[in-house]
Amino acid sequence: MDLAFTPEQQNFREEVRKWIPRAMPADMRRKAEAGASFHQDETMQWHRILYEKGWIAPHWPKEVGGTGWDVGRRFIFQEEIVRANAPELSPFGLSMVGPLLIQFGNAEQKARFLPKILSGDEVWCQGYSEPNAGSDLASLQLRAVKDGDDYVLNGQKTWTTYAQYADWIFVLARTNNEGKKQEGISFLLADIKNTPGITVKPFLTTGGTDAFSETWFKDARVPQKNRVGPENGGWAMAKALLGHERTLIGGIAESGKWVQRVKRIARETPVGTGTLFDDPSFRRRIAKLEMRYRAVAMANLRTLAAAQVGRAPGAESSILKIVGTELYQEATELAMDAMGHAAMGWFDAPESAMPEHERWVASQFNYLRAATIYGGSNEIQKNIIAKQILRLPGA
Amino acid sequence: MNFDLTEEQQILVDSVQRFVQNDSGTERFRKLRETERGWEPAMWERMAEYGWLGVVYPEEQGGFGGSFVDLALILEQLGRGLVPEPIIPSVVLAGGLVARLGTPQQVERWLAPMIEGRTSLALAYAERQSRYCLHDVKTSAERKGAGYVLRGQKVWVLNGHAADQIVVAARTAGAQQDRKGLSLFVVDAGARGLTRTAVGGMDGQRTALLELDGVEVAEDARLGGEGDALAHLEWAIDRGAAAACAEGQGAIQELFDRTVAYLKQRQQFGVPIGSFQALQHRAADMFSELELCRSTMILAAIQADSEDDEERQAEISAAKLQLSQGGWFVQENAIQLFGGIGVTDEQDEGLFFKRLRVLQGLFGDADHHVDRFQRLGRFAKD
Repeated sequence: MDLAFTPEQQNFREEVRKWIPRAMPADMRRKAEAGASFHQDETMQWHRILYEKGWIAPHWPKEVGGTGWDVGRRFIFQEEIVRANAPELSPFGLSMVGPLLIQFGNAEQKARFLPKILSGDEVWCQGYSEPNAGSDLASLQLRAVKDGDDYVLNGQKTWTTYAQYADWIFVLARTNNEGKKQEGISFLLADIKNTPGITVKPFLTTGGTDAFSETWFKDARVPQKNRVGPENGGWAMAKALLGHERTLIGGIAESGKWVQRVKRIARETPVGTGTLFDDPSFRRRIAKLEMRYRAVAMANLRTLAAAQVGRAPGAESSILKIVGTELYQEATELAMDAMGHAAMGWFDAPESAMPEHERWVASQFNYLRAATIYGGSNEIQKNIIAKQILRLPGA
Repeated sequence: MNFDLTEEQQILVDSVQRFVQNDSGTERFRKLRETERGWEPAMWERMAEYGWLGVVYPEEQGGFGGSFVDLALILEQLGRGLVPEPIIPSVVLAGGLVARLGTPQQVERWLAPMIEGRTSLALAYAERQSRYCLHDVKTSAERKGAGYVLRGQKVWVLNGHAADQIVVAARTAGAQQDRKGLSLFVVDAGARGLTRTAVGGMDGQRTALLELDGVEVAEDARLGGEGDALAHLEWAIDRGAAAACAEGQGAIQELFDRTVAYLKQRQQFGVPIGSFQALQHRAADMFSELELCRSTMILAAIQADSEDDEERQAEISAAKLQLSQGGWFVQENAIQLFGGIGVTDEQDEGLFFKRLRVLQGLFGDADHHVDRFQRLGRFAKD
């Protein structure tokens, strides 16, 4: 058992740390230093910078454009990216449909889609949930009926995060209504921008941003060659993908960033003749958060290290989604507490009212209530632990 | 970076596991808790033969040159059987300080026989008023001729009732709470002026109250320099905390496994109670805390060997907090899920519950470690 980084890994850390600020355009660097949030166009700009450098997909195999890094390097890279407050990349291509295609796609599909996921030329979104298929995802009803070389899609998806920016959507669609509901689902890829019959309408979230959308399909035609895996075999693949998803939507690295953000706010918030950071009772609250972060980060690292030696993220990754998202929310709650009166401010407040890095706190605090809901609510994760790990009997 | 056990470590874990299963389960502990000593010298010698008592010491001191992680792996398995032999007080605390500070003669005199299982050691650091503050020390050591005279009282000395030698923290200079002026002395159990009163713990293990009424020790009974013992004491207590997390991990895992088995077996309303979602979710929450305990325990064991004081303190405090809060969550719910029989003495679960609560309070509770963490220079700087 060994936690130490090798000298090569340490050098790598230095290299990444120096590279990031140099690689960022001036305006992005300024925002990163201020701890600000980024817009979609800035995120994609950063995506392309990482792509040019060859660092866009640390978790992909080398032969399809990954970096070939060991788990130590991947961990260091992630730490440095978060530390620098670089824009958070969209996960739907790189971390979701990409790995799924690598595992289950045919040669033609890999050649068609993977390079553009890497380059950022095509942005993806996820079409899983429906108005009547949330936690009970397998009861989804978006119909896909074969017609010639196509499937014809009718129905609705919801919570399609950032669908308004996406070029492509991966959807779970019902291709069979008989037998078990899990056995009639197929995994399809649709050109969301150019397919007639697909419409996207963003929601305004409580965070004041339009993170989610509703997506409608009305006689939308998707070529059969855009089906990944066998017909009616989509559920097993989706479950494998959720395994990947859970390891990364815990927001663990982001929680680490929030711990730093809370400290910064506390240091810059005047109280009497000093600052909030001088108050031992508030410092203890931050300390507790940071200690919990260390525990969760170590659990994450253990999962990564297991993956490194070839053990797939198992149901154990469920604990990361639960404890990670709870921590993530707790961090934003503490940031709100730290701000005092300024917690009532919104992201359009003037610089004179609050500094840039505080302006997004209330928005994030509100939006991140979704963290314990998305990717399979935390209650669903507990069902999975109870059944798949603890092997408790069915109700 | 690698968290897999080495082949040697896996063999070690397997052998301790077999030892607990075959020779030292909870039945043995139940017998021993009725005895005056609370543990068996013959078993201590066997542990020495297996090499467990010397695993952390360098070879030139008669040890096996292993890491603290090796010892943590042993303690974790022993925790599953509530094995009461005094590894934490003897090997981690007092033995650790003799190995760290002792001259070759001192090591030969006090560490070597302990590694061979012929003696056991203890560390007397706590006083009535000190709570978890290691430099709140009234016990005094006054120069007298070529030696010292010790006066004062020490409380809750783990294995203090049975140890052959006791390392005593005493003040050679300064006021009651000064950080400077602390020294460590090795006192023989039979020393004139030393009174030991055995005090039974709620976990069925024994501690002692020590009265030092003019105990005379020679110059060569002092470990390390005069007046600069605090940093070493902090180091030893940190390792004690890491050891408590390791032993506690075994106890939590055992308690959790027994609870899950019970959920599958116990029937109410005509079905196993583990089929109820309210209880399933509670078990899932317990599993999350158990996994976080394991993560922090590993990190603490790795950092226990670190000479980077702040990093060691940060990780060990994080682990001790997790043991005290996450571990508590597991144990309180384990008893709840067992229902009434969980509070009977004939059922083993209560034994694990009590041992865990003792380990949670030893070497600093949750509040103490959160407070220490927020005072670290690194916390303020990052």
